[in-house]
Amino acid sequence: MDIPELKAIAKELRVDIIRMLVEAGSGHPGGSLSCIDMLAALFFHKMRHRPHDPHWPDRDRFVLSKGHCVPALYAVLAKAGYFPRDELLTLRKLDSRLQGHPDRHRLPYLEASTGSLGQGLSIALGMALAGKSAQKDYRVYCVISDGECQAGQVWEASMAAPKFGLDNLCALLDYNKIQLSGAIKDIMDLEPLLEKWRAFNWHAVEIDGHDFAAITRALDEAERTKGRPTLILCQTIKGKGVSFMEGRWEWHGKAPNHEEGERAIQEILAQT
Amino acid sequence: MGAKATRVAFGEALTRLGGENPDIVVLDADLSKSTMTEQFAKKYPDRFFDLGIAEGNMVGAGAGMALAGKIPFICSFACFVTGRFEQIRMSIAYTRANVKIVGTHAGIGIGEDGYSQMAVEDIALMRSLPNMVVIQPADAVETERALEYIVRHQGPVFLRLMRQKTEDIHPPDYRFRLGKGVVLRPGKDVTLLGTGGVLANALKAAEILAQKGAEAQVVNVPTLKPIDREMISEAALGHGRIVTVEDHGITGGLGSAVAEVVAELGRGRIRRVAVEDFAESGNPDGLYRKYGLCDENIAAKALELLGE
Repeated sequence: MDIPELKAIAKELRVDIIRMLVEAGSGHPGGSLSCIDMLAALFFHKMRHRPHDPHWPDRDRFVLSKGHCVPALYAVLAKAGYFPRDELLTLRKLDSRLQGHPDRHRLPYLEASTGSLGQGLSIALGMALAGKSAQKDYRVYCVISDGECQAGQVWEASMAAPKFGLDNLCALLDYNKIQLSGAIKDIMDLEPLLEKWRAFNWHAVEIDGHDFAAITRALDEAERTKGRPTLILCQTIKGKGVSFMEGRWEWHGKAPNHEEGERAIQEILAQT
Repeated sequence: MGAKATRVAFGEALTRLGGENPDIVVLDADLSKSTMTEQFAKKYPDRFFDLGIAEGNMVGAGAGMALAGKIPFICSFACFVTGRFEQIRMSIAYTRANVKIVGTHAGIGIGEDGYSQMAVEDIALMRSLPNMVVIQPADAVETERALEYIVRHQGPVFLRLMRQKTEDIHPPDYRFRLGKGVVLRPGKDVTLLGTGGVLANALKAAEILAQKGAEAQVVNVPTLKPIDREMISEAALGHGRIVTVEDHGITGGLGSAVAEVVAELGRGRIRRVAVEDFAESGNPDGLYRKYGLCDENIAAKALELLGE
């Protein structure tokens, strides 16, 4: 899929995220909007997957470690045809397959159940390790949040992946610089972040996480990189695409009401 | 009768089963010399992964490998691996990942290393997870048979193993059945339900009781979850006297599991022999005497019930 198409899809997906959250009355818009462009690039450009054959053994795997941003993943999966788009409006409701955080038992198109931050990269590492040891050529992608890099387990996983030469593993770090209660730098600064990953022997590159040309280039570069995993540090904006949410920690975990949702959707649709 | 630690029997059986099933992979956290996965590692280096002293990551990596179709055994001391409860809860249990969690060095019976290495909360933790199966074999043959079952079982399992040697209490043709107790000695007055290495003490306690004219039934409970309700009901609704014996804390282990069933039945009385405090360094026999896991104390608890 080319870049204008990806942009058009991302716009639709942003609208779906807002619609879902308005309907659910709770959830996490800020981080869903900051990671949606990388998810769109993965699912509609880079990854080998078959929505009609979701358990195809050679598919590329995707783990959303920042599980609270699962509305973005649900929107992508529905758009790709894994389940009907109408189902998006059941998010967080009783008996829904669309749990507030990913539950692969209820929704088998998800590769992992996440939501307790810091664990997804380890799961992705295990999948990559299994792939390597079975000489499979599938790749494993994992989107992690900046805030979860405060958890030690992320660094346990980051230490382990180069040991096993997991060049089939690519992590995308959604660096929107805001966590639940404030700015990352005030709560527990991560800098120098790119250097940390490099010091842990990853091939680490920094890009604008909303620039599809840059995202797709970085994903291609990751695939070409042999002998070690790649970390793509995606500079992003929390709440990207909705002016009153952008860069505001208040929109980390608060759903827009109907009026706010309408305003957000009009804004997204008006963007070129 | 031979004597072998269940962790040693595990290491041997795992290596054998690894030859039969290429999906078995083993993850360890720098303890393979103690968890006895070293033998597997030497024989199948491509299927052994040492993740260093980072058990949380090992739990997640095991989950990922299971989701990709492998049968991972993640191995460490029981206290260290089940100490990563939050990772087990999310990445294995909730995910329904087919991971086999192996915790060795269970209980205060490890002796001299002291409390920091003693798992006495692990059964309680693992038992609290809805789909987790919890198994503790009592001797070498049971370990081997249980492991054969565990490889076939679809879903997460916690296998609890001991550091110290234990005498064989089952015949060589022993058959492991999930969720079923095993009668080791018949008796009609009181039932001693034990799990793991302390069963030897329960059997000795039955001798003491016999000298005092009481016939104690001794039952091995290798599956802590799902618990054998039928066997507990039989004792509770029959003579109604049950003593539980385990090298685990008094909260949440075998004693708790049995007490839950007895309370629901509303019949029968129970005494729990278990560890009631932070233990300490010392030789295993001395520790078992000091913390009440010895034959005299087990017999004394049974006599309390018989005297009431």
